[in-house]
Amino acid sequence: MHFTINGQHHEVEADIRTSLLDLAREHLGLTGSKKGCDHGQCGACTMLVNGRRINSCLTLAVMHQDDEIVTIEGLGQPDKLHPLQAAFVSHDGYQCGYCTPGQICSAVGMLDEAKKGWPSHVSADLTDAPLDDHEISERMSGNICRCAAYPNIVDAIAEVAGLSDEQRQPEREVAA
Amino acid sequence: MLGLEKLFGGDDTNALKMDEPHPESLLDTGAQDVIGKPLDRIDGPLKVAGRATYAAEYDLDNVAYGFLVGSTVGKGKVVDLHAEIAKAVPGVIDVITDYKTFLRNPGQGGETKSPTQGVESVDYWGEPVAIVVGESYEAARDGAYRLQQAIDFETKEGRYNLDAYRDEAKTPPPGVIPPDYKQGDVEKALAEAAVTLDATYDTPSQNSAAMELHASIASWDEDGRLTIHGAYQMPSSDRQQLADALGLSKDKVRIIARYVGGGFGSKLGIAPESVAAAVAAKTLGRPVKAVMARQQVFDATVRRSDTEQRVRLGADADGRITAIAHETLGSNLPGEGFFEPTGASTHFVYPGENRLITHRVVELDRLLSGSMRAPGEAVGMLATESAMDELADKIGMDPIELRRRNEPEQDPQKQVPFSTRQVVPALDKGAELFGWDKRKGVAEDRRGEWFHGLGVATAARSNVLQPSAAKVTIDGQGRAIVETDMTDIGTGTYTILAQITAEILGLPIEVVTVHLGDTDAPPGAGSGGSWGAGSSGSSVYLACEALRKQVADKMGVAAETMTMKDGRVIADNRSVPLAELVGDGMSATGEIKPGKQEKETTQASYGAHFVEVAVNAVTGEVRVVRMLGVFAGGRILNEKTARSQCIGGMVFGIGGALTEEIVHDPRNGRVANRDLAEYHVPANADVPQIEVHFLPERDVHANPIHAKGLGELGISGAGAAIANAIHNAVGVRVRSFPITLDKLLDGLPPV
Ligand code: FES
Ligand code: FES
Repeated sequence: MHFTINGQHHEVEADIRTSLLDLAREHLGLTGSKKGCDHGQCGACTMLVNGRRINSCLTLAVMHQDDEIVTIEGLGQPDKLHPLQAAFVSHDGYQCGYCTPGQICSAVGMLDEAKKGWPSHVSADLTDAPLDDHEISERMSGNICRCAAYPNIVDAIAEVAGLSDEQRQPEREVAA
Repeated sequence: MLGLEKLFGGDDTNALKMDEPHPESLLDTGAQDVIGKPLDRIDGPLKVAGRATYAAEYDLDNVAYGFLVGSTVGKGKVVDLHAEIAKAVPGVIDVITDYKTFLRNPGQGGETKSPTQGVESVDYWGEPVAIVVGESYEAARDGAYRLQQAIDFETKEGRYNLDAYRDEAKTPPPGVIPPDYKQGDVEKALAEAAVTLDATYDTPSQNSAAMELHASIASWDEDGRLTIHGAYQMPSSDRQQLADALGLSKDKVRIIARYVGGGFGSKLGIAPESVAAAVAAKTLGRPVKAVMARQQVFDATVRRSDTEQRVRLGADADGRITAIAHETLGSNLPGEGFFEPTGASTHFVYPGENRLITHRVVELDRLLSGSMRAPGEAVGMLATESAMDELADKIGMDPIELRRRNEPEQDPQKQVPFSTRQVVPALDKGAELFGWDKRKGVAEDRRGEWFHGLGVATAARSNVLQPSAAKVTIDGQGRAIVETDMTDIGTGTYTILAQITAEILGLPIEVVTVHLGDTDAPPGAGSGGSWGAGSSGSSVYLACEALRKQVADKMGVAAETMTMKDGRVIADNRSVPLAELVGDGMSATGEIKPGKQEKETTQASYGAHFVEVAVNAVTGEVRVVRMLGVFAGGRILNEKTARSQCIGGMVFGIGGALTEEIVHDPRNGRVANRDLAEYHVPANADVPQIEVHFLPERDVHANPIHAKGLGELGISGAGAAIANAIHNAVGVRVRSFPITLDKLLDGLPPV
């Protein structure tokens, strides 16, 4: 099988049952994508495939031979962090760090979805759904963080999204 | 001898037993000004870039993949494994089991002996009985699934239901607290009290659900030494558990756990995949990687026990408590000594001359119960802090006022002083910041479809000091290296140990390197019981104190007269670069041990929780709208990571109050909701912005760094504040946790 991951080409011999997540972790040494459930329930394995966020544990590698795949390793390096990676550090948007690569890849995908105007479950208006804290929380709820860095994760993403305090907390009927 | 060693830059050991208070701290006199600061985690860039390596992420040559096979009966015996069925699967190398050696139960924290071994006998559903090893993960998993369906078990009658066996409850052996405590005459005091409360609460089994799955890569070298890259909270005792299980001396086992993806108790002891991987690796002569599936983590690691708690309070007309009874029931596997110390904080949080605190355990054939974040307080305070709210209601008193009137002057049982205690200041500060004065009466704050309510609870969590050792080296370039087998499970250990070192040795934090989670380094306290920062931080403190003396000797001055800052040593009108004084380098080991101080004072961290909820008037759906905590835990070593610890605990409180519940199948004890879709831990949308405030504090009785635990304080009482807020919102008192909407519906105010 052949893959393009983080702009690099790989030829791999793998079982056809290999998930995209296991391909990265077990065959390519890209262990930044994490396995928290292997069932699409936690988001730790989130990668960007053709720019969209997906749970890489729920898809077979063999299906993605012609796709553009980006993992956390492709977003930035420890000494050259992507703005979201840097914001997660400065806002302490993690504790153990295990869900973190998935959170960050998910946030990249989510911000792009928001930019395209896609509404979410909590959007009051389906054609006009500006990002605020509530939208961010909802849209990031596919990524579980058992350490519960959620408030800090929202802070980090809101900063990168360039939201002002007023934009983050607009009036709503139920603040929850 | 010591002098000679110092002369040659050798090692020296600075040991301290906390028999006396330690009023002075080098952290107060340090000049670097990094301690307490909200610095970013030093391990942060690696974590966010996906370069921090967790247990299953080491690339070992020729590794084979192991997948555990769990029992499909609740109690019984393996009759025939039918290994041939898995062996026939292409890519499967072998099916390995060792009925005597494999772990039947996972280990408890801090134990140095092996947990119960022997897997021919099945004691709970999902008990791992074999491991299938394959050339690929896919092959091993396939073989394991096929095998699991094929194994012949003899089924025995089991006990799966707490209710059915409550009459056979046993008194467990003493644990972190004694099972029973009695003082005065509770029955008489209750009979004479002006106001009484008698309420029974229950809490279900829970799972820590750390995001990283339990995992081990086992490899043996030619000398018969086993290395486990594993997910552990306490490597130094885990190594002993492993060694004992495998019949090795502890020097023959090395654990590496540099990054741990959360633990919350579940990784305190060893889990079954470790021994299975070790045996398989030995048998096959190649490394074996075994990662438990999420479902297996639910089936066969530890759960928090379900509890049933009867709380009785008696008070005089002014609300002063005269009697307090907390009688608790939990469950565990037969023969396991651990009991959920549900009454842990009941011993000291409130006064009352007449006291009764009991723990009973019903033996059930369900997976092991053990420690999960704040064992004891997390569930115990759901009950006691709800009960305080109920008592306040009965008296018609503000719940904060009730707590104020019940602020003991000293430990009500041991009659010793509290080392520090700031419950009332925390309540006061929280009340002001939260706007407690705007709280309305029960079901009086309706806004559209939602009722709003405010709730409060006290937070308290005992402080513990554990023996801990660390070595600190200053190398020839004047950089510091910290080494201990202590772990960072998200707690911020890497960063706070670097801050302590930087503060005392006067170094920019960038030149301090911290190596954790390798048992080749001095044994640290491990991460558990909120003791990590205080214990391992103190060991690093002591090592740095010894280094300061070594440096002072080189400088020819007394250590007390010397200032260390920005890599320079200043004394005697001289300012010398540290690198120039240390020659080829120098090192020292620090060792802290608990002493008389823990008996002469009662040590705990305290605080107050404030919560606003919205309850849907029609559906009973509960949303946590605001949450605020005020905490006092001694010195705060890093304001940023400390705040995160508290938030993490508070969110666990949301889970415990509203959603988390293991459902045991009553027919076989099996965990019916064994994944993250069915066992709901709080997601981002369940969590509002959370405010955390710290009260300034130093605890000179706790340790030389004057810091106490925080990781579990945030959960202790948090869920009760939610329950109390729900009662304020809609007037329904739910005593059976979690408070799901079906329990609210019948009692909601008429629409
Ligand atoms: S590992 Fe893919 S969603 Fe959990
Ligand atoms: S940082 Fe630990 S699970 Fe999110």
